[in-house]
Amino acid sequence: MIHFVLLVSRQGKVRLTKWYSPYAQKERSKVIRELSGVILNRGPKLCNFVEWRGYKVVYKRYASLYFCMCIDQEDNELEVLEIIHHYVEILDRYFGSVCELDLIFNFHKAYYILDELLIAGELQESSKKTVARIISAQDQLVEAAKEEASSISNIIAQATK
Amino acid sequence: MTGMRGLSVFISDIRNCQNKEAERLRVDKELGNIRTCFKNEKVLTPYKKKKYVWKMLYIHMLGYDVDFGHMEAVSLISAPKYPEKQVGYIVTSCLLNENHDFLRLAINTVRNDIIGRNETFQCLALTLVGNIGGRDFAESLAPDVQKLLISSSCRPLVRKKAALCLLRLFRKNPDAINADGWADRMAQLLDERDLGVLTSSTSLLVSLVSNNHEAYSSCLPKCVKILERLARNQDVPQEYTYYGIPSPWLQVKAMRALQYFPTIEDPSTRKSLFEVLQRILMGTDVVKNVNKNNASHAVLFEALSLVMHLDAEKEMMSQCVALLGKFISVREPNIRYLGLENMTRMLMVTDVQDIIKKHQSQIITSLKDPDISIRRRALDLLYGMCDVSNAKDIVEELLQYLSTAEFSMREELSLKAAILAEKFAPDLSWYVDVILQLIDKAGDFVSDDIWFRVVQFVTNNEDLQPYAASKAREYLDKTAIHETMVKVSAYILGEYGHLLARQPGCSASELFNILHEKLPRVSTPTIPILLSTYAKLLMHAQPPDPELEKKIWAVFKKYESCIDVEIQQRAVEYFELSKKGAAFMDVLAEMPKFPERQSSLIKKAEEVEDTADQSAIKLRAQQQPSNALVLADPQPVSGAPPPLKVPSVSGSTNPESVARSLPQPNGTPSPDLLSDLLGPLAIEASPGDVSTEQHGPIGAEGVPEEVGGSAIVPVEEQTNTVEVIGNIAERFHALCLKDSGVLYEDPYIQIGIKAEWRGHQGRLVLFLGNKNTSPLTSVQTLILPPAHLRLELSPVPDTIPPRAQVQSPLEVMNIRPSRDVAVLDFSYMFGTKLVSAKLRIPATLNKFLQPIQLTSEEFFPQWRSLSGPPLKLQEVVRGVRPLALPEMATLFNSFRVTICPGLDPNPNNLVASSTFYSESTGAMICLARIETDPADRTQLRLTVGSGDPTLTFELKEFIKEQLITIPMGSRALVPAPTPAPPVAQPLSPAALADDPGALLAGLL
Repeated sequence: MIHFVLLVSRQGKVRLTKWYSPYAQKERSKVIRELSGVILNRGPKLCNFVEWRGYKVVYKRYASLYFCMCIDQEDNELEVLEIIHHYVEILDRYFGSVCELDLIFNFHKAYYILDELLIAGELQESSKKTVARIISAQDQLVEAAKEEASSISNIIAQATK
Repeated sequence: MTGMRGLSVFISDIRNCQNKEAERLRVDKELGNIRTCFKNEKVLTPYKKKKYVWKMLYIHMLGYDVDFGHMEAVSLISAPKYPEKQVGYIVTSCLLNENHDFLRLAINTVRNDIIGRNETFQCLALTLVGNIGGRDFAESLAPDVQKLLISSSCRPLVRKKAALCLLRLFRKNPDAINADGWADRMAQLLDERDLGVLTSSTSLLVSLVSNNHEAYSSCLPKCVKILERLARNQDVPQEYTYYGIPSPWLQVKAMRALQYFPTIEDPSTRKSLFEVLQRILMGTDVVKNVNKNNASHAVLFEALSLVMHLDAEKEMMSQCVALLGKFISVREPNIRYLGLENMTRMLMVTDVQDIIKKHQSQIITSLKDPDISIRRRALDLLYGMCDVSNAKDIVEELLQYLSTAEFSMREELSLKAAILAEKFAPDLSWYVDVILQLIDKAGDFVSDDIWFRVVQFVTNNEDLQPYAASKAREYLDKTAIHETMVKVSAYILGEYGHLLARQPGCSASELFNILHEKLPRVSTPTIPILLSTYAKLLMHAQPPDPELEKKIWAVFKKYESCIDVEIQQRAVEYFELSKKGAAFMDVLAEMPKFPERQSSLIKKAEEVEDTADQSAIKLRAQQQPSNALVLADPQPVSGAPPPLKVPSVSGSTNPESVARSLPQPNGTPSPDLLSDLLGPLAIEASPGDVSTEQHGPIGAEGVPEEVGGSAIVPVEEQTNTVEVIGNIAERFHALCLKDSGVLYEDPYIQIGIKAEWRGHQGRLVLFLGNKNTSPLTSVQTLILPPAHLRLELSPVPDTIPPRAQVQSPLEVMNIRPSRDVAVLDFSYMFGTKLVSAKLRIPATLNKFLQPIQLTSEEFFPQWRSLSGPPLKLQEVVRGVRPLALPEMATLFNSFRVTICPGLDPNPNNLVASSTFYSESTGAMICLARIETDPADRTQLRLTVGSGDPTLTFELKEFIKEQLITIPMGSRALVPAPTPAPPVAQPLSPAALADDPGALLAGLL
């Protein structure tokens, strides 16, 4: 299973973390510090796997961002590597050629999308289309609620004028 | 962030922060703001609440502790509207983990959402439980989740989440699913047409069968069906193909599930499966598109695993080996890595070892790959494939690699080489060669087990003894040898050195001379071994050699008064024994053979395997003897590390090195590196050390400055471009009063120090730790000794490898009393940058004092016998830092001038005593009296006396410095000031421009 997902920028800034195994806050910081030290220092053209504390970390760099997923030693590394790519493609489709800034200012979207992709550290949905459909349905729900709220407040505002 | 301006502004602010400090300030401000809002505003609008909760998550993500507001996040879960609820669920599942108490509060709300009619709420609730649900959730929610999963009225959207949610609950509590009732349902689920639900359900199945495959045997043919559907018929909707491959993930999962069934009995199912597998093995080609390649190889490697598991017919097996042989020589690093990994697994299959051996040279090439991940795999594989036929070649490769391997691999490497050498040694002299080379090349990583074992072998094999002795003798000629080498060669030469007597340079007295040269540099536990060897040499000296006897007796005499009991006892006993002629021969006769026993190394390796956890592939592999040796600490990250006591590291707030480039709590050191550096210090701190125990009450604030008028050494030159972490002067002062701690730290190196003092001698060890992942080069250390100290620093290697630590012992001998301080001039290169620093060595006057408590009968006669100047000096000291008497007593005790309570009838006076050791004075009692004025604590009268005028003067001045200097004020008083290292040197743009390290740090 995937124990955690980590997005780190080349400068070591954390852009997203998601923990499927229980880690306390202190351990989380420690893990991030340790791993980004290892991964950011790896050269290009090396393999996408790092052995770390009895686990394996599968990572891939996209522009300035490193996507990392920590798995068990005997898990299928390439499968996870393509889960990463699958996630990136969905983000890309959602934002329209996604860049780091999109993920910084819309980090909540990145979380929503990840939740449609993985649960319990396992792949939930392998169709990009399906994920896109669900996310846009969610967006609509939020928009609808907002409109409703503003129309009510308009009515109240009108009434109390 | 649509419409959430406050959050966007906050994120921009954070992005604009110039450095870590500014970021922290901004975050603290925001947290304060959020806290007040949560506290004061009774009714927060949903919008505001959402905004604050998102900010909390963002701050949490940056690595800051968010220790409040969890309640607000959790309470959003019960909001009636979707937007709030969604935020509540997401943020809660990120901020909390399954062990948080707050989560229990939410169980009911979550359950209501799960059993409610609102599909979107069901999804949110299932996601939260699936991601962070714990045992409590498993107990109360499993039946509801099961119902959703098999419900015909639920849409796939809900059911796929229910499947993974159930998987989590099952992991947390396997009793949550009753296999008897569930197996049939599970089998039905595998007929599902929706691939989202099917993928999730297959994940659930993998977990279920790994626990109990018998109950789910009806699922086996279904898995084969899924594979046929995907891999053979390609019967999937377009959106479920990934780069043209029908859901590779589902294929992998189905094959994974099959690996938990011990065998496939039904012939037709077996036949269909093998057809599919054959298709995968044959039909996977290397293509240009990376993703397509990865996906198809993910399937291929899983198929290989399954084939190995099923123990297919020989033809298919050799097909697999051939594929792997191809993979380990391709350029694509991922495939090479996986080829090596799977080849190691393949070793467990019978009859393929010989085919694998054909690839030995290719595997050895991978041991030199630039990628450490690949090197690790190659090492494991070589270790696994080693047998008598290729042991010599493989072990030689490992030894060769040892010299260049990174430190993180050396321990594993040396242990593996030692085990292989022992297991497969074609002859024993080769074994001895290997172990001695190992000690020579990587002494630090050769545990005692390893050299004990070689001694056992030599003792038990007479033929081997002359050979081992001559080899040991050869290594002694090297200039710098590892202490373990001293131990093992001393032992062997003591026992068997006489067998070499006729060879040049091997007479008893020559052996003694060369061994005795090593003695000054070895640590305490090695000295007893050397003493035994001397005794044996003396006994073996034929004809008796009076010259040698004299020398050795002198050594024994010297250690008769050694503070270490073991050494003392041996010295005394050997000395007496050596006068007893026949009895001497008898006692020191050759050691008898050891009883044959299992190698502790191999035992250790096996134990590690036994405790390894029972995970998927290991479970399958149980029948076969595993060759894997797990050395890396498999400690789960969730196990909290032991708290580190690092007194002098706190207070560093600088942007830290690139390696530790992430947000971290203030001053928290990188625990690993520090535990390396300080581990030995903390453990070995000598228990009898009074100052270590007593420095506490003084604390960092009260650390007295010690640079008085006579401390003339200019220190801490600011020629460096690096930022020093912590205050060098403070570190030095702290170390004046204790014996271990950090002397210096910057982003690249940390220098720790540990000292032991005995009389007029001291032994310091400098620990130079490279904090980075690239080496420090041109490391130079030079000691500038003052006239009264004799100092000898062992050479420091020119290069400190990445993340490594080197130790450099420094011997100190005090010749006469003085307050001057030795200086360590040290420099290194990091990349192209030269860093140098001059550091005062804490070998100060007080280190040569030993506390002694005198009674009035002892004190007063001596006090009176010191009549006056120059042996007894008196001075009224003004400008004293006001201290209450107990505090002053603590201060004196901290520099080992012991207060003798009750000796002076006047309660405002203190009387103290100590013993000072130096070569010129020997052990000399020092006495002191302090008369304080309760009306004015800033002045006192100090009288110091001893049998030596210089000592009296120096000690009086030393005490005065301790009394009058206040850390801050002292800088104005001291003529040769210690410029406080400008710690927080801001990251100027200039520094940024030319220094990539600073550049990165600045962006943090």
